[in-house]
Amino acid sequence: MKTKAYIVIIGAGISGLSIAYNLAKKGVKDIIVVDKSHFLAGATARCGAGVRQQWATELNCILAKKSIEFFSHANETLNYHRDIEFKQGGYLILSSSIAEDEQFAKNVKLQNSLGIPTRHLSKEEALEIVPHLNPNSFTSATFCHTDGHVNPFLMSEAYYLAAQKLGVDFFFFNEVKEIILEEGLIQKVITDKVEIDTHKVVNAAGGYSQEIGQMVGLDIPVYSENHEILVTERTKDMLGPMVMSFSKNIYCQQVPHGSILMGRNNPKALHNHDISSSWRFLDEMAKTVNHILPEVAKQRVIRTWGGSYNISPDFQPIISDTQVSNFFIACGFSGHGFMFAPITGELLSQIILGEELEAYAKDLHISRFDNMENIDREHSVV
Amino acid sequence: MSKKDIIICRCEDVSLQDIHDALELGYRDFESLKRILRIGMGPCQGQTCSHLVKNEIAKYNKVHPETVKIHKTRPLVSGVVLKDIAENQDED
Ligand SMILES: Cc1cc2nc3c(=O)[nH]c(=O)nc-3n(C[C@H](O)[C@H](O)[C@H](O)COP(=O)(O)OP(=O)(O)OC[C@H]3O[C@@H](n4cnc5c(N)ncnc54)[C@H](O)[C@@H]3O)c2cc1C
Repeated sequence: MKTKAYIVIIGAGISGLSIAYNLAKKGVKDIIVVDKSHFLAGATARCGAGVRQQWATELNCILAKKSIEFFSHANETLNYHRDIEFKQGGYLILSSSIAEDEQFAKNVKLQNSLGIPTRHLSKEEALEIVPHLNPNSFTSATFCHTDGHVNPFLMSEAYYLAAQKLGVDFFFFNEVKEIILEEGLIQKVITDKVEIDTHKVVNAAGGYSQEIGQMVGLDIPVYSENHEILVTERTKDMLGPMVMSFSKNIYCQQVPHGSILMGRNNPKALHNHDISSSWRFLDEMAKTVNHILPEVAKQRVIRTWGGSYNISPDFQPIISDTQVSNFFIACGFSGHGFMFAPITGELLSQIILGEELEAYAKDLHISRFDNMENIDREHSVV
Repeated sequence: MSKKDIIICRCEDVSLQDIHDALELGYRDFESLKRILRIGMGPCQGQTCSHLVKNEIAKYNKVHPETVKIHKTRPLVSGVVLKDIAENQDED
């Protein structure tokens, strides 16, 4: 089968969906989104789907704030027949050392200067928000009440249906195998089922964005790493905010459905495409949550799974054109690409259409890694 | 009996009508339906609904049920290799 497109977007995760929707909304026709698997096979359906503005770099703060503005009216904007379940229960981020508390003071200052309403809390104030926290597991905290959670499946579906209505075509179960260039210009995208004539390509392949870059001879400085997560059975309302600690390595949030999600990183994870579940994760996760949130530890775990973080050198995304003409990338989200998706789609559509970018957005360019010494690295990550 | 009253997934309260609506919307495989409807995500992880859903997918796509793949069951419900427990190793 042979076909033609103005632009091909590789990857129908939340990034590709948002990019497709934003382009179509601006009147672009003949957009094809290809994905090698079924609906939401990548990180998007595996993520914790927490949305927070409490970051340590200005860039991440701005991206998160703009995206949260979008989530607050996404149902109406996308004319969605279900509900994306945007819950603003806040994020309570625990500190457990003087050094961490000092860093948090800086973070709060930065966030406040950008209009993000974070507060620095004493232990007692934090316990008022989550009374069953183990008081011996932390020293102070920060809290932003407008942070929260969005249902990742339904948010994606909202974009997917809106994009379809605007005429975007989706080719699922089509794995991109090759991108043909002639004299440096893109000519074709070849999948295991079709050949698509096109001159523009977006790489939104998540954990596989490095490999897609290789297809046009571009070395994108990102790698993939397994991050595991678990979910409990549904239970009574017991956790308003997401509770998180970087030093204790945990994030834990009850979603509107009633189940509680929690995850942590594995410092020994290899750089590869592994997404399996391990006994070690379950063991360590159980111990960590039992220490910080003993009431939550009384709940029954029903499932564990893994997914890829696609990590960039500064833990901030790459949303950019590239040295390959008309080859665009949105990757390296480093574990927070779900919450950034609204702004990812908006910015990449501006880049593709040659529109003027706001100053901050220029820092998302891949060329920032040409000189690694100057990069502003994000430290507030689990 | 109306399709709304026929419960397919008891963990997540999904009816036959919900399944047919989602098939109509274009979700034609188990993993996609799971993401939209939460079938297979409850405590039993699809032990009761997966075969019913499989038959509905097969009927809709006009294929033999045996050719329809169901979802991936995950720990803690999936069987565990004794050696993995003994050696405290990862599943594969
Ligand atoms: C355990 C876990 C917890 C997380 N928690 C959060 C959180 O709380 N908040 C947050 O904001 N983010 C979180 N994330 C990160 C978030 O999931 C990702 O950043 C985001 O989903 C990335 O979306 P994407 O569309 O870029 O990639 P993906 O969703 O991975 O989509 C990429 C798509 O590309 C397709 N693809 C790959 N190769 C090819 C090919 N050759 N041809 C065709 N298609 C291809 C894949 O099938 C896939 O569907 C978490 C991630 C994990 C794993």
